[in-house]
Amino acid sequence: MDILLQQIINGLVQGSVYALVALGYTMVYGILGLINFAHGEVVMVGAMVALMAIQALMVTALSPIIILLLSVIIAMAACMALGYSIERIAYRPLRHAPRLAPLITAIGVSIVLQTLAMMIWGREYHSFPQLLPNNSHNIGGAIITEVQIAIVIVAILVMLGLMLLVHRTRLGRAMRAVAENQTAASLMGVDINKVISTTFMLGSALAAVAGVMVSANYGVVHYYMGFILGLKAFTAAVLGGIGNLRGAMLGGVLLGLIESLGAGYIGALTGGVLGSNYQDAFAFMVLITVLVFRPSGLLGERVSERA
Amino acid sequence: MLNFSTRNKWLVFAVMVILLATLPFITDEVLGRGWVRIIDFALLYIMLALGLNIVVGFAGLLDLGYVAFFAVGAYTYALLASPQLGLHLPFWIILPTGALVACIFGALLGAPTLKLRGDYLAIVTLGFGEIIRIFLNNLNAPVNITNGAQGISQIDPMRIGEFYFSRTHEIFGITFPAVHLHYYLFLALTLVVIIISSRLQDSRIGRAWMAIREDEIAAEAMGINTRNIKLLAFVMGASFGGVAGGLFAGFQGFISPESFSLMESVMILCMVVLGGMGNIGGVVLGGVLLVILPEAFRNGAGPLQQMLLGKVVIDPESMRMLMFGVALIVVMLWRPAGLWPSSVRRRELEANDGIAQQEQESVYDAEH
Repeated sequence: MDILLQQIINGLVQGSVYALVALGYTMVYGILGLINFAHGEVVMVGAMVALMAIQALMVTALSPIIILLLSVIIAMAACMALGYSIERIAYRPLRHAPRLAPLITAIGVSIVLQTLAMMIWGREYHSFPQLLPNNSHNIGGAIITEVQIAIVIVAILVMLGLMLLVHRTRLGRAMRAVAENQTAASLMGVDINKVISTTFMLGSALAAVAGVMVSANYGVVHYYMGFILGLKAFTAAVLGGIGNLRGAMLGGVLLGLIESLGAGYIGALTGGVLGSNYQDAFAFMVLITVLVFRPSGLLGERVSERA
Repeated sequence: MLNFSTRNKWLVFAVMVILLATLPFITDEVLGRGWVRIIDFALLYIMLALGLNIVVGFAGLLDLGYVAFFAVGAYTYALLASPQLGLHLPFWIILPTGALVACIFGALLGAPTLKLRGDYLAIVTLGFGEIIRIFLNNLNAPVNITNGAQGISQIDPMRIGEFYFSRTHEIFGITFPAVHLHYYLFLALTLVVIIISSRLQDSRIGRAWMAIREDEIAAEAMGINTRNIKLLAFVMGASFGGVAGGLFAGFQGFISPESFSLMESVMILCMVVLGGMGNIGGVVLGGVLLVILPEAFRNGAGPLQQMLLGKVVIDPESMRMLMFGVALIVVMLWRPAGLWPSSVRRRELEANDGIAQQEQESVYDAEH
């Protein structure tokens, strides 16, 4: 039983990170109908910038919590600037181009960011300093660290804040209007370019938070970390129904749980034929199965095809 | 388009034949043997890009896991002609077998994804590609089939009777090294693939694919069996990938799951879109450029910096990736429909925006 509980805890922690990154994908998709392939690299840049900020602030006499908060804010600012630039350079000129054109520029941006990160920070793994107390708690035989508790709480708070922003503010209403119908929104006086830029910046800020979380959880930062994380988060967004905020959160947490339970039980389920090295394959198989029965994801609405 | 008279057409054709026939010798002389090998790879990628073009360019189904079929073809060849399972079948039997197995996998992928649209399809195909790669990576236990991450080595070279493509031959007093022979073999098969592609494009099936790409509901209303036609697109595309995979295995003599990563699928998609989706000439151009350019960057980046700055500031490998990424962005910004778009696409882009707007709105009305 304690193994089950442990896997559920690990899954929830991983799922919270997926959910935050998936929100970035789904917000951009909801408004532009575009897979922002470079989003995973934004997460990586967030983690790298936070690491540099922490290293710079460590020499001061500030308390670790303040250092962590300041670094997260710096990382968020850097990622927002990055997200804004990516949209301006690579996506805005192609807004009325054939559908696959921005996908290719997104891949280009992803390659450029990854290579630049490799040139600046090198190929090696950087260790991410432990700033929160490394205490762990024992819940019914399963172990949860305070870092993990913090990750889940921060993720919930950030998601609540985002839901409030989207459903209760003027900006949120503008975002929903643009997602519904760009032409009509602009006729009603919504500045579409501003809304789209803001969406990219919001998504990138979430990515920065997720980047710090993932680095704090594993204790390492690497120039290649964004790619696979982005892929998983995109899978999560599709699982929940891409373009749907609640779907991204649900999809993220579910994917985290599926992965960790899959890793724990796939051997027993298949009589030892498949091991935990099939973890990723298992996650994709679940995704395919879900999409066969619900072609628009768990919470997605029927979307029309745009050529 | 240029309007050639019949005589000029023949002249262009003759020049092309001579150029393609002498290309390996000229390249060998001017740039060195390494570049002939690169051209061989360019031909393989053209085959792959043309296969993906059927799925993405003709039928409009976004496939991000195309490399799976390349992998299936390569592993079929490797398992049937290497010490791994102790089988050593000749390549003219294996190559069609590889294509057939890839077709079966194409149908396997196609069947569950028929109902999916657009980006949902993209993620499922991506997942399919990853599943295949993960299985190839792990099928060394409990029974060793694929030899896992180490890959399969000592794959038999391609040969017809006693004619080995992997050995230097003397024909009519001209010495043909192995890479040159592979070039002619790959060129012949690439031409076959181009001919099949262009015949398909103009056929009833090709027109059905394009109808589905433009508007699936209208296509169905016109009496097209969209399910079978979409499956056929996956199967046809997969078969080209399977053939290219078999050639790759025989040419390299060694394969491992590492060669079939998601990045390869992305690269092939870039060839199709960058060159000009749906246009065979454009796709060939995209394939050539995306193989040749990174290599040229790799070889040219060091000396170029030496010349301009007096020292090598950025290591060539990073420089290559950086320039490649920038090139993708710049080309798409400059030509959103690809370098050499199909005439249908071009007409669409040049069409009056007002009409396009009206069409959009009528679609919107119909849905609500």
